[in-house]
Amino acid sequence: MADISISNLVKTYPGGTERATDDVSLEIADGDFTVLLGPSGCGKTTLLRMLAGLELPDSGSISIGGRDVTYLPPNKRNISMVFQSYAVFPHRSVRYNIGFGLQMAKMPKSDIEKKVQWAAELLQLGPYLDRLPAQLSGGQRQRVAVARAIVVDADVLLMDEPLSNLDALLRLNFRSELKKIVQDLGTTTVYVTHDQSEALSLGDQVAVMRKGRIAQLGGPLDVYDAPSDRFVGGFIGSPPMNFIDAAVTADGDTLVVGDQKLMAPSLLRSFKASDIVLGVRAENVAVGTQRSSGDIAATVLVVEPMGSTVLLTVDVEGQTLKVQAPPTFRTAPHQTIWLSFSPNTMRFYDRETSMALEAK
Amino acid sequence: MTVQAPAAPTKATVRAPRRRVPAAVWLIGPSVIFMILLLGWPVVEGVLQAFQDENGFTLDFVTRMVQDPYFWPAVRNTLLLIVVMIPIQFAFAIGMALLLRANPRLHKVHFFVWAIPLALSDLAAGLVWLSIFNDRGYLNSVLAWLGLEGSSWLAYDNQTTMFICVLIAELWRATSLVLVIVVAGLQGIPKDYDEAAQVFGATFWQRLRHVTLPLLKPSLQVALILRTILAFQTFAVAQALTGQNFPLVVGETYRWYTGLQNPNVAAALALVILVVSMLTSIFYLRALREKNQGGTR
Amino acid sequence: MTETTVDTAPLKRQKRNRVLLQLSCIAISLFMLIPIYLISLAALSTRESLNRFPLSLLPTSFSFETLAAFLGSTGVFGALGNSLIVGVGTLLLSAVIGVPAGYALARFAFPGKEPYQLFLLFTRALPIVVLSVPLARLFLTVDIYDTTYGVILLHTALALPTTILISASVFLGVPQDVEEAARVFGCSPLGAFMRVVMPMALPGIAAASIFTFVMSWNEVLGASILTLDHRTLPAQVLTSLADSPLAYRFAGGFALVIPSIIFIALMRRYLTNMWGSTIR
Repeated sequence: MADISISNLVKTYPGGTERATDDVSLEIADGDFTVLLGPSGCGKTTLLRMLAGLELPDSGSISIGGRDVTYLPPNKRNISMVFQSYAVFPHRSVRYNIGFGLQMAKMPKSDIEKKVQWAAELLQLGPYLDRLPAQLSGGQRQRVAVARAIVVDADVLLMDEPLSNLDALLRLNFRSELKKIVQDLGTTTVYVTHDQSEALSLGDQVAVMRKGRIAQLGGPLDVYDAPSDRFVGGFIGSPPMNFIDAAVTADGDTLVVGDQKLMAPSLLRSFKASDIVLGVRAENVAVGTQRSSGDIAATVLVVEPMGSTVLLTVDVEGQTLKVQAPPTFRTAPHQTIWLSFSPNTMRFYDRETSMALEAK
Repeated sequence: MTVQAPAAPTKATVRAPRRRVPAAVWLIGPSVIFMILLLGWPVVEGVLQAFQDENGFTLDFVTRMVQDPYFWPAVRNTLLLIVVMIPIQFAFAIGMALLLRANPRLHKVHFFVWAIPLALSDLAAGLVWLSIFNDRGYLNSVLAWLGLEGSSWLAYDNQTTMFICVLIAELWRATSLVLVIVVAGLQGIPKDYDEAAQVFGATFWQRLRHVTLPLLKPSLQVALILRTILAFQTFAVAQALTGQNFPLVVGETYRWYTGLQNPNVAAALALVILVVSMLTSIFYLRALREKNQGGTR
Repeated sequence: MTETTVDTAPLKRQKRNRVLLQLSCIAISLFMLIPIYLISLAALSTRESLNRFPLSLLPTSFSFETLAAFLGSTGVFGALGNSLIVGVGTLLLSAVIGVPAGYALARFAFPGKEPYQLFLLFTRALPIVVLSVPLARLFLTVDIYDTTYGVILLHTALALPTTILISASVFLGVPQDVEEAARVFGCSPLGAFMRVVMPMALPGIAAASIFTFVMSWNEVLGASILTLDHRTLPAQVLTSLADSPLAYRFAGGFALVIPSIIFIALMRRYLTNMWGSTIR
């Protein structure tokens, strides 16, 4: 177990012009579970592969447990990894697969057997030890890949979208199981995913990546509640955060959306008479059929009952929003409803830079 | 892989009485007839030719074949060539395929160059190397430029160098076939397996032994069968390089047929090659099946 | 605290390995190319310079004299023509018989499919020499001995199993959906095949045809046994080996090598498909 320190990592793939990772720095504490989250092509997998030694950076450095590993080949890094495709060796038994890392390290046979038994027990693979991967289901193969990764006493455990090839239900079940296993193990873990719910549910900290840079680094709730820019807010959450063009009046007390007015929180006093973007999550907008003071009017476009909530797509002054209503809420397209925003859940972003506004 | 398709009415089945004949029969039929006539029948005829004269069954031709002074040297040379060449060839081909996988600069050009001999006949290869190995050829010329004494590489009394010359020419020509099969096999193995092995601490040789070669086994077995059977048929290389001085079994067949005008003994020799080829194939297929029971499906 | 010094030794080792990799590749390429260079040099030198010793390793006496003498010698020009006729004939005949069979193998399930495939694999193990001697006698009786037709038949028999297997794999690569879509939008089965399947399969089939041609172009033994006066080029070269001067043999080797390079250049995108995966 060890901490990881990544500094100023730059990588451009041969033949490419864009930087896959662009001056990325990241500190990961010993035993932390860090999730790299971002859309495809954001550099998260490249970063993970550089941690593994499967790619080498153009500049910058990586150290694991205080030891510089920047250009060390993978087999000398004492790491362990779960691959997206599982990469479970098809020509060998489950037992051999799980014990592979130990065998390469020339551990005595009896010790290997003991550790394989332990991991198989933990991942409920006991009955399948002598089977070939082809005789297992996808979920079981995934378990083999995880078992193989946890038996070795690695400094760092890397996971590259390990759940993405499972079907939805299995993914949900295995996610919590995985969280428990890694928690008990206590190994420093770096986990790559494009699935924001996975990131939020698993990570001690989440690094949201975009175009080779870390857009925001923080606890899962911080990243969700207070996105540092519009990209993060738009990427995390389902539905993503709503962004509404608005203007702050000259006195800084009122927020104007089209012809309608909202009370401006005190933060906006620093931004008198400026155009801004209001960001608000669907569940933070209260919906009513009766007008109360401070509400703004919206026209319903689409009604989608989701079971636990009703998701509404509404139009406010020509801008489209997604809001959540309780399951009992009844409305229909073309009706007018009233939205109320609670001041402490509103986030504000700069029109030009898309960065979150901070009180000056 | 095949999907059960309804017997689609093809042009030929439009006529009413034949409507029941499935399309597949019309498509497959000609090839079956052709192969029975031109592959099946000659084999039967060949057996008859080797064991039959005007008076019926005879072993005369087989006896003459075995008693010929060139027969046993030809068998020995053929086997020796195979036993020495195949392991070297496979080691080279696997090494070359691994070099290509490491993605060197210009790897496409290299692959193209290495594949050129695929389309070369063994006669052409023999003539190419004849220009190098003959007494006044390029090898001796280079040695002379360097101030060294040349040698009669292909002389009758120099069996060892003659063998090495034939071996080099065949390595040069036929390694590309194994190479291409191995490259195709490697392309079918996802990179992840190798990367996983690296991450879990395997060195290059451990990866080769525990991951790459086992995964490559199906391709290697195909290449082995094909290459061995083709190696039994080597003859024009030796013919071009040495004339009759380095007899091989197929070369003997050719000599009996054209030179000695005796098709019966030639047929007997051909049967020797057929039997040995079949035995080798069966041996390899057996080995393949046994290993597959424990391997992937 | 994070001011770690980056250890670049592994990187240097890796760079050195890359250099070794490039050098090994170049060395192997040279091993492959130098003999071709030398046979070209020999074939394109004057006769007189070939008699000198030691031979020059650089093209100092470039001339078509040797090559022209080879092409002018009896039988060679005709043999070249025969080789082309036999190659194209084999290509056409094996396509006509083999491509439909390949299509059936790819698209239909029929009784006897497994044995048929096994039979195809088995025939790949049949040595040419086994067929040639009995076929010579057969061809004598039906009066096509010493004709290009006879050689075409032999070569087609040799190439057919491969043609069938390759075209089957080519058709497997054409998704069935596409064909069904064409049917849904009103094509007849034959129309769907001609308009949709064939254009998609054509590059693969073309590559398979070149493969057949190459096999025929290179086949020595069968052609030598089945002909006397109507020899193909390799057969002509082989049968005149014993009583021809070195220059003739070098020119012959050169004439056989050059087409091979062209074939491989034409097929370079299909190399692993043709000789590699589908050949089993």
